[in-house]
Amino acid sequence: MFDLDFEPFFISFKLAFYTTSILFILCVPLAWYLARTKSKIKPALEALTALPIVLPPTVIGFYILFALSINSPLGIFFEETFGIKLVFNFTSLVIASCFYSLPFMVQPLQAAIQNLPKSLIEASQICGKNNFQTVLYVVLPNIKPAVIIAIVTTFAHTIGEFGVVLMVGGSIPGETKVASIAIYEFVELLDYESAHIYSFIMISLSFLVLFCVYYFNHLHKAKYD
Amino acid sequence: MISIHIKKLLHGSNGKMPLEVNLEIKKGEFIALTGASGSGKTTLLRIIAGLESIEHGYINVQDKTWINSSSKKNIVPVQKRNIGYLFQDYALFPNMSVLKNLTFAKNDKNFAFSLLEMVGLQELSDKMPASLSGGQKQRVALCRALMNQPKLLLLDEPLSALDLDMRKKLQEDIKTFHEKFNITTIMVSHEPSEIYKLSSRVLLLEQGQIIKDGSAKEVLLKTSGSQKFSFEGELLEIYQADILNIAVVSIGSQLVKVVLDSSQAKELQVGDKVNISTKAFSPTISKSI
Repeated sequence: MFDLDFEPFFISFKLAFYTTSILFILCVPLAWYLARTKSKIKPALEALTALPIVLPPTVIGFYILFALSINSPLGIFFEETFGIKLVFNFTSLVIASCFYSLPFMVQPLQAAIQNLPKSLIEASQICGKNNFQTVLYVVLPNIKPAVIIAIVTTFAHTIGEFGVVLMVGGSIPGETKVASIAIYEFVELLDYESAHIYSFIMISLSFLVLFCVYYFNHLHKAKYD
Repeated sequence: MISIHIKKLLHGSNGKMPLEVNLEIKKGEFIALTGASGSGKTTLLRIIAGLESIEHGYINVQDKTWINSSSKKNIVPVQKRNIGYLFQDYALFPNMSVLKNLTFAKNDKNFAFSLLEMVGLQELSDKMPASLSGGQKQRVALCRALMNQPKLLLLDEPLSALDLDMRKKLQEDIKTFHEKFNITTIMVSHEPSEIYKLSSRVLLLEQGQIIKDGSAKEVLLKTSGSQKFSFEGELLEIYQADILNIAVVSIGSQLVKVVLDSSQAKELQVGDKVNISTKAFSPTISKSI
């Protein structure tokens, strides 16, 4: 078993790391806006951000493939100006994963900001702090459990991705072949032993990650109660 | 000198109600804003702070315009108004120590310590807010509100969640700070004794309008004519004892019994607001235990 190729795991984790980082930076301002806006388009935006939860991953994958392919305006633009292809490579996986995992980042953050006493945010403004400083020094430190949950579930959800990754990335070894696809291919080849090992590693890692989150929340709660 | 001329439609629990306030405030005044709940006191305070918008009018502070309805945004946003604001729920940042809460407003440790010393809390500077009592929290919040040496201090029922002893202590602190820094102060309060002790001017707000503006004596003392004692209370029960009708009335936190004549007994209903007054020519006063 030691000659087993661990590259798919490495790609899975790299993908999850990039996706989580990008989504965190994008979703903090988005969640801040959604939590505080009184605009009439709020329900529409909320529905839009929640779509990836209900849609089959193949639908998201299909549209992203369609939008980024070399026949699409966007694909042509990137191909001609930067000489980069946007599909069937790692970049396209990151783009697709960002759409796919978006709700897992936005929703916990938005809920937590909405639950934060309004007076805390107002007190920070009265102390002369702008929105950026308020989010950084007051909002995020006081919604730490939600931040951790958002980051971890986004990370885990991206690791567990299958449909979108297969549609957009194909299964190019060393480039877009992630762990979940590798398992699928082992089963297809009737190589159950490798499939077992991969699956067991996935289960162990996932359990460990989730355990850490719940343990942290337990500690955090105990500290403030 | 602050002049406030504003109009805003409020959507309260009793339906729509216009808040319309025209008010001039002199430097150094201590104003108490009082009135039934839903009369627009807190909204007025939040408008002055810049936390809420207005529909018509303007606020000028020392010849500077803070807000004017002809321009869409706050001309001077809340961050730049240099005010102190005390929230009912203290609004201390739970992730920062007492000292950090103060230096977050202005990074001046020496001033922070001197303020904490004035309220007797310098030993708690490293503690987190969660470990403080309500009174301690509000004193820390008061210090934080003063960190940037504001020209205007706004207090939104700051003492309503505290017990009597702690309230007295904080009243002293507020008074001391007001005298020491000569800050123009506006306090929303329901508590007549607090208003009487602290304020130099009282505004009574009803349905979004200022209906009384004067000293605490003029606005709050309910006596008129030769009646020396007059109390407002709520009628709790009317019952018959032999041939008498007796009303039980709650005044403040005390209950009293009053004899009614039969026509009054028919007229009044449980839940009514009533005035009880008596001519008292030589009331006796003694220290209560």
